[in-house]
Amino acid sequence: MKSAVIVFPGINRERDMARALKLMSGREPAMVWHADRELPAGTDLVVIPGGFSYGDYLRCGAIAARAPIMDAVRAFAAKGGLVLAVCNGFQIACEAGLLPGVLMRNAQLRFICRDVYLRVERSDTAFTRGYNAGQVIRVPVAHGEGNYIADGETIARLEGEGRVLFRYASPDGMIDPNWNHNGALNAIAGIVNEHGNVLGMMPHPENHVEAVMGCTDGRGLFAGLVDYFAVAA
Amino acid sequence: MKARVTVTLKSGILDPQGKAIEGALKSLGVGGVASVRQGKVFDIEIEGADRAGAEAALKSAAEKLLANTVIENYRIEVTG
Repeated sequence: MKSAVIVFPGINRERDMARALKLMSGREPAMVWHADRELPAGTDLVVIPGGFSYGDYLRCGAIAARAPIMDAVRAFAAKGGLVLAVCNGFQIACEAGLLPGVLMRNAQLRFICRDVYLRVERSDTAFTRGYNAGQVIRVPVAHGEGNYIADGETIARLEGEGRVLFRYASPDGMIDPNWNHNGALNAIAGIVNEHGNVLGMMPHPENHVEAVMGCTDGRGLFAGLVDYFAVAA
Repeated sequence: MKARVTVTLKSGILDPQGKAIEGALKSLGVGGVASVRQGKVFDIEIEGADRAGAEAALKSAAEKLLANTVIENYRIEVTG
C-alpha cells in the first residue's frame, strides 16, 4: 500500500499517521506539501491528518481546503482513490466538498482530549473490513470542533445509504447521549462519501496501534486497508 | 472602495458560542438580553471604482471562502 500524507502548516499529527502507516503497511508514506500540485505516481491511499491547519483561522479546515494540493486530492478521489481524513483532516474534507456537512464547536464548548468508544457500523468497506459490524473499539479524540451536523436531507441520505461507519457509543455499543461527547447528530463519528472511497472521522485510530500506546484498537482500520490493496493487487 | 461582508449562522443552527456569551451577559446583569448569535465581519478594500465588479468579486469571495453556506449566510455592503 503506497500512501501519501498531506502536510499543511499547523498540522501536528502527520508523524503519528506516518508511523502507523509504516508499521502497518511496511512502507514509508510520502509526505506531500500543501503547495505541491501533484500526488506521487502510484499513490493508493491519501491521508489528510489531524492538527490545526492555519491555526483554525476563519473556520477549521477552511484555508487548507483551498490549498493547491487539494485539487489533486479531489481529482484522485473523483477517480475512486481512497482518502482517509482524520480529525482536522475530516474538517478539511468537509470544507473541500469531499464530504457533506460541517464539524461545529463541541456542544459543551470544551476541547476534549480522551479515549472514546466507537461502534463500527459495517465491515464491508475498504476502511472497516478489519473489524466486525457492531464491534466496539476504543480510540482517542482530541478536538474542539467535532460536533457533526448536516441538513436533514443529507443526514437521511447518509443513514439510508449506510454511510455512517463509526458512531460514538458506550463501551457495550449502546448509542447514548452520555457517550456522545461532542453532541454530533446521530452520534456520528465517521462517514464516507457516496462512492465509499473517502472516509472522514474525528477520532485518531493512528494513536492506538502499538502496545506501548495502551491499546491497539486502531490497527484494524490500517490492517483492513493493507488487506484491501493486497487483495486488489 | 471599502466593503463589508457580514457572515452569520443560519437560523436553526445551534450556536454554542452565542449561548455562552448570552449567559455571560446575563450574569453581568446586562438587562433585556433575549438571545445572542455570534457572527463574523470582514472589512475589505477593493481596488478601482467599478462597483458592479466589486460586488461580483465580494460575492465570489463569500461563496468560495468567507462563508460556509451549509451553515452560514452572508451579506455584502459596498460602502464607497
